[in-house]
Formats: sequence, C-alpha cells, structure tokens
Amino acid sequence: MSPMSRSWQQMFNTGDGAQPPADETPEERGGLFRRMRDSLSKSRRAMSQQLQAVVFNPADPEVWERLEEALIAADCGVPATVEVIERLEAAADAGGLLTADDLRARLAEIVAELMAPQGDPRIDVSHRPAVVLVTGVNGTGKTTSIGKIAYHLREAGLSSVIGAADTFRAAAGEQLETWATRAGADFVSSQSGADPAAVAYDAVGAAQARGRDVVIVDTAGRLHTQDHLMEELRKIHRVIGQRLEGAPHEVLLTIDATTGQNGLQQARLFSQAVDVSGIVLTKLDGTAKGGIALAIAHELAIPVKLVGMGEGIEDLQPFDPLDFGRALFDGAADGTG
Amino acid sequence: MFDSLSDRLGATLDGLRGKGRLSEDDINKAMREIRLALLEADVNFGVVKDFVARVKERAMGSDVLDSLTPGQQVVKIVHEELTELMGQAGTKLSMSNRPPTVILMAGLQGSGKTTAAGKLARLLAKQKRKPAMVAADIYRPAAIQQLQTLGKSLQVPVFERGTADPVETAAWGIEQAKAQGRDVVIVDTAGRLTIDQELMDELVRMKAAVKPHNVLLVLDSMTGQDAVATAQAFADAVDYDGVILTKLDGDARGGAALAVRAVTGKPIKFVSVGEKLDQLEEFHPDRMASRILGMGDVMSLIERAQDEFDEQQAADLEAKIRKAEFNLDDMLEQLRMVRKMAGGGGLTSLLGMVPGIGRQIKNMPKVDERQIDRVEAIILSMTPAERRNPKLLDGSRRRRIAGGSGTNVQTVNQLLSQFRQMQKMMKQMGKSGKVPQFPGLPRR
Repeated sequence: MSPMSRSWQQMFNTGDGAQPPADETPEERGGLFRRMRDSLSKSRRAMSQQLQAVVFNPADPEVWERLEEALIAADCGVPATVEVIERLEAAADAGGLLTADDLRARLAEIVAELMAPQGDPRIDVSHRPAVVLVTGVNGTGKTTSIGKIAYHLREAGLSSVIGAADTFRAAAGEQLETWATRAGADFVSSQSGADPAAVAYDAVGAAQARGRDVVIVDTAGRLHTQDHLMEELRKIHRVIGQRLEGAPHEVLLTIDATTGQNGLQQARLFSQAVDVSGIVLTKLDGTAKGGIALAIAHELAIPVKLVGMGEGIEDLQPFDPLDFGRALFDGAADGTG
Repeated sequence: MFDSLSDRLGATLDGLRGKGRLSEDDINKAMREIRLALLEADVNFGVVKDFVARVKERAMGSDVLDSLTPGQQVVKIVHEELTELMGQAGTKLSMSNRPPTVILMAGLQGSGKTTAAGKLARLLAKQKRKPAMVAADIYRPAAIQQLQTLGKSLQVPVFERGTADPVETAAWGIEQAKAQGRDVVIVDTAGRLTIDQELMDELVRMKAAVKPHNVLLVLDSMTGQDAVATAQAFADAVDYDGVILTKLDGDARGGAALAVRAVTGKPIKFVSVGEKLDQLEEFHPDRMASRILGMGDVMSLIERAQDEFDEQQAADLEAKIRKAEFNLDDMLEQLRMVRKMAGGGGLTSLLGMVPGIGRQIKNMPKVDERQIDRVEAIILSMTPAERRNPKLLDGSRRRRIAGGSGTNVQTVNQLLSQFRQMQKMMKQMGKSGKVPQFPGLPRR
C-alpha cells in the first residue's frame, strides 16, 4: 500500500526532498479518526441495529446481502460494491474471517486498498509560485475549501494569493474575500462578469511579482455537462500554463459527499477537461457517507487528497484511506456504532 | 457506462418472445437489471427492493411474452409504476387570501436554495404577483449579497438585517414586505446539516415565527442514497409542503426524487433546469420516470424546440420544402435553430435527450461545434444572391468564399455537396407530404 498523508504538516510537498510520510502510530491519528467515525456513524445506527441481529457467519447469504446493502447505501455504487464483496468473499474462503471484528478489519483494509492513492498523496506546492486550480460542480464547497487550504498553507509557513475566477455567481467574490481575509491571503479579483481566465492570469502574475509561494485559483461552479463552461475551464487551465510553464501544478475537484452515482460522471468529465490530480471530498460531517469517492477511486484511479468535515476553518483534513475505510463500516458489522 | 434500462431489458427478454410464459429465472434476470438500473440512478436501495417486488408481481401476471418485444413490455410496466410513485404533476403553491403569502425555503448547503429563491421570485413576478425576498442566511459569507444581486437583477426588493438573529429578521422582513404592498415573501434560509441540532431548531423556530403558507425543501438532483435521510429529517423538523429539485440540467438521473416521494409522500413542485433565472419549471412525473430510466426526454426536447421555433417560421419552411425552394439561407437558419435549442448544454446535450441515443452518447465523440461555426462562416461569406441560388457558385466565387470564411475550397465544396443532399431529401419529403422532423423542425 502506498504511504498515506495524515497531518497537515505532511500534506504539502514543499520540494524539500521529504518523502511522503510513513504510517503514524494510532495515538497520533486518534483525533481525526474519532471525529470521522463519529460523524460517519451517526446515520449508521439503523443499519447497525439491523446487522446486529446477524451473527457473522460467512455461510449465511443474508450477511453478504446486508454488507452489500451497507455499501450501496453509502453510495459506493454497484461495481465498487461487487469488487469489495468479492475480495471479502475470497478472504472468507481462505478462512481468514472468523469474527465480526475480523470482518470489520478486513473490510476497512479492502476499502483502503481500493482507495490508496496512486502516486504522491500530497498537494504539490514545491514550485514558486505553485498554482492550485480548484474546480467542481455548483454548491460542492469550492470556495470554503479554498479558504481552508489557504489557512493551512499559512500555518505551514507558506504565503498565498487567492484568485477569484468565479466571476459568474452573484457575490462569489465577496464570499471568497471573506475567506481570504480570515486566512491571511492576498486576494485578486475583478468585476463580476469579467473573463475568468484573465483573473487567473493576473493572480499568478501577482504572486510572481510579490514573491508569494502559492496561488489558489477559485473557479465558478459548473455542471460537467455544460460544454461551453467546460471549455472556459480548459481555457483557464491553458492561460495559467501560458503565464507560468508547467502550471497549474495541482487541479483539485470538489465532490460533495452527498453526491450519488453522478459523482463518477463529474470526475470523469472534469478529468477529461483539466486532468484532475486529486479530489476534495466535502461535507463529510453530515449523514452522507461519501462512498462515491470509493467508486471514483475504483473506476478512475483519482485519489482523494482532502476531506471536509465541517464549517470551521480547521475542518478540512488530509485524507486517510484506512481511516475512511474504518469509518465507513465502523459499527456496520457488529452494531457497536 | 450502463446502457438504458430499455436496452438492457431488451437484451435479457426479447429473445424469449413467444415462449408462452416467463420462467422464474427469466423474471429474476430481468428484475436484476431493473435493480441495477435503479441503483445506478441513485434510487434508495430500500425503495428499490419494494419497487422491484411490485414490478415482479405485475410482470408475472401479465402476458408480457405475447408481445413482440417482451423487454419493452417490462420497461412499460416499470415506467408506469415509477410515474405513479412520482405523484401528481404541477401541484401549485398555496396562496393566502390574506397577503402576503409566505414561502420558506430550506435545505442542505449547496443544494441551490438562494438561486431557487430568485427563480421562484421571477416566476411569481411573471404571474403578476409582487414578490419580495428576505435574507435569513447569516452564516455563509456573502449569502446576503448573493440574494441582493439576484433581487436587483429581478427588480424584486430584498430585506436584510445583516447578521441579526435570523428568526427575528425573517419576521421583520415579512412585515417590511407587507408594508410595501408585496403579496408574496420568499424567505431564504441558511443551508444546514440535518444533524446540526441547533440549526434545525432554528428552522423550527423560524417556521413557528413566520407561519409560512408554503415550506419548500430544496434538493439537489445529484444527491445519492442520503436523500432519504435528508428528506426525512426536514420532514420531521418542518413538515415541508413540497420539493424543488435542482440542477436537473446536469446528467444525474435524479433517483433522489423517488426517495422523497416514497419516504415522505411530499410532492415535487418545481424542477430547476439551468443557471439562468427563468429556468424553473413545473414538475412532470412521467418525464422524471423516463429520466431515471435513462430513456431520454422527448417531451422536454419538443418543448424546447417549440420555445425556439415560432409557428410562422415553421410554416414558411414547410411551404419552401413543398415547393422545393430550400436554399442556403434556410440551411443557415436551421443550423442556428438547432444550436439555439441546444442552449448552454451544447449539441451533445440535445442529442442526449433523444431516446435510444441518451446514454450511448456519453461514449461518443462530441459533436464538433466548430464545424457548425465553419458552415456558418462559409454561408455568411456568400452574397444573398448566391445563398438563394447556389448554382451561381463557380470556381472563382468558391475561392473568394473560402478566403472570406477562413476555410479552403475543399471545405466549401463539402458544404455544397451536403447542401445538395439536404435539398434532395427535402424535395422527396415535400413530394411525400411529410416534413422532416430533424434537424430543427418540430411537428405540432
């Protein structure tokens, strides 16, 4: 399994030659794990109670049906669900699953295997300036995520410029500026209705002129089916590359954890347009389980890099596949959730 | 990518035609396909279970196999059952006979409440009402400004008191609206998580304080299995009257709509089909059923065509076709029409609404819009006389046109040969008395 990011200090690849972090001790990550599990398990009580009635017995078809339902109910989608169940069946056949605890542990591992990032799970800020382009469907939490990323960049000792290339939505700039102020970042915008690519271009230029470390470019929410808006996004990407060769260095796609199977189509089409390098899975603090991220990792091999757990500025966290796998099922197999 | 349920059931069942009756095994295979299609469309898995059981019962009892296409018969059953489950079309908002009528908007963050509030205000203004909006979302930065910007563009007053208590602001805003003679007030609230007890309580208090005549839940059509939890939690808290389903201009199947219906029985009142403020429409259960099944949406396609194509234009074109007078001007007009119909979604989205093409199109190369630009440029580089009579176009004229349109002579020739084919087709159709349906010619 590839190494996983666990803390913000290790989340940024600053080009200092540090390798992606190795596994931490369970104590170190207890906080986030507990938090994630808490929110993920809130809605799972009904499911757990159902499952509690079933003592784990691999020969009982009902056990498998319940597990399948748990995965479907978490929005993992049919293909990823089938994959997880098949791997679990193989483990059961090999005699490795005797108790509900075994089952739970193996389930989490399988999910983590499927979600383990390909390549570097960190956010690449090793360039000067490093450019991070953030995109996604309307209402998925782009602007909020950007504010939080800027905050964590500052905590890591990196200065940033936020470019407000959402020139479409009413008051989008104001919302972003509020976040920029909170995060102590520079803010570059232009009047509503302006060319978003020009704003992105200016933001990169401002960072170069002022010697800032990172540029984060916000874009208007857009449905992946709107060809002209996807074309606009390609243009923003292209223009950033014209201003600074090799940029943007990261393209983050925000996916709302409540999203169903359409999330796959979102990831597919955004990737086709601007080669998405990572997913920010937002709104995981609600009752939604975010299983669509498993479907995306399984079918498109795009890693989740960050998860949004709430409204507060510190509520954006590095993604951890094993924690995610545990939280997704914790309580589902034995009813302790 | 999955094919539409029609294709899948066709493949499963159409080979069995005339077999007398379906075996248990055949039925189970078909039910599996239905189950997968519905899960793929984000219909809640519990709802799917009950639903499939119902369909199975009907399929067993009917003479499906007497049909030429048993697969289509089963699809028909599924479609009918879905439509029924989806409820009534066009349930209206209740209007108070003692104005102002109060509409309270609720929903999760990012579901599109503020935009939906603006669209609703526009719709009401169009119906000769005098709407006002109240900004009671004090949490999201700039939410108030967003509503104000919308209000400004719609010329609808927006009342706000910054970050003052939202419940008091809502009540105060309604009083302001009343004093100014507005007869409908839309209260925009903050997006909230259903597990956020404090904010859910605030919503309950707000409902008690403003006594709304309509409470509307705004639900994102892309929502997955969690739609059930959301629908139920808001129903428990504020017992809403209906739902506005948003972002239907995307390609989500919208199975979440079914969850709301099945779990709470609340009707879907409006669907939001685009970012522009006029893109709020009445809900049609049968169309939603087709969409969930990936069967395309012919009715919406026809409506869009009707919107863009006025009767006179259609009659003129029909007459031209009958008299075999179709010329390059008409071709240009048709092209523009098709493009207009496609709207912001592009030509591919338009084709996606055609049944049978729907899902497959996702794997096809996109229709190249630039090709249409080129055709347009070429025709526009011709003189009016040339457009009416392409026979004038000799070698030197073609070179001039190629230069003027930034293309080359081959492309101009290609276009002219396409045009001749189209003309020929039109002529034949003119003779047979049938007007071609596509491109760009809706029949009414």
